Amino acid sequence: MFEWILSALIVIGAFFTLVGSIGLYKLPDFFMRLHGPTKATTLGVGALLIASALYFSFKTDDISLHEVLITVFLFITAPVSAHLMAKAAIHIKLKQVDRTQNKMK
Amino acid sequence: MKPFLNKVLPHPILTLVLWGVWLLLNNTIGAGHIVLGLILAIFIPWLTSGFWPEKVRIQSPLTLLKFLGVVLWDILVANMAVAKLILGRNKDLNPGFFYIDLDIETPLGISLLANTISLTPGTVSCDLTEDRKRLLVHALHIEDIPATIKEIKARYEAPLKKVFVAC
Repeated sequence: MFEWILSALIVIGAFFTLVGSIGLYKLPDFFMRLHGPTKATTLGVGALLIASALYFSFKTDDISLHEVLITVFLFITAPVSAHLMAKAAIHIKLKQVDRTQNKMK
Repeated sequence: MKPFLNKVLPHPILTLVLWGVWLLLNNTIGAGHIVLGLILAIFIPWLTSGFWPEKVRIQSPLTLLKFLGVVLWDILVANMAVAKLILGRNKDLNPGFFYIDLDIETPLGISLLANTISLTPGTVSCDLTEDRKRLLVHALHIEDIPATIKEIKARYEAPLKKVFVAC
């Protein structure tokens, strides 16, 4: 049973990370591509880390919680880097798809 | 007592966070690390207090906890929604930029709000105007801009504004 839960978590994590990468590849402009890695990956990595914490807590004698730190650092750094990249992209006037509302000029 | 405490612990929240991070990094709650972590957690804020000019107070911890819960739930929902949008056809997406007029004033509050916006439903915060009054946001797919702004303000900004108060 325990293995099933872990496997499910790992598969979910892998799926969302994959979706993030697909988004990075197929979306049409830079600003839309930013959405893939900032979001799809938070749940993807989150699920993988929960699986890791559960596995090492139950399979070894010690409780393993340092995965929490990875999640926290990821949640702090991913939006900051996205913000800086978007800011730079606006500054150098990267192309935006034509149907974008309130285009930045 | 109070001024003395302020001098020893200029940033009590930072102290607690550092202590927690130290224990998590070492992945242990052994007595040695608890003491060592506490020493570091007291001395690092003390030595670096010059870099943290403005102090922030957390007003209602319960609101903060509720806010964290809401954000975690929204991240879960946002991931499903964004996954669906990404796997769908590109043509169906209506991206857009919009400005949010900020009511919140503390720098920590603003940065947390910007982070939250980037982590939740299909939006990434892109720029903050120089006067810290407006936040530029890009949405992957947006239909009703005023409604989205209203939701972000009610759902994320209001609790953050209530929690972080400058002293």
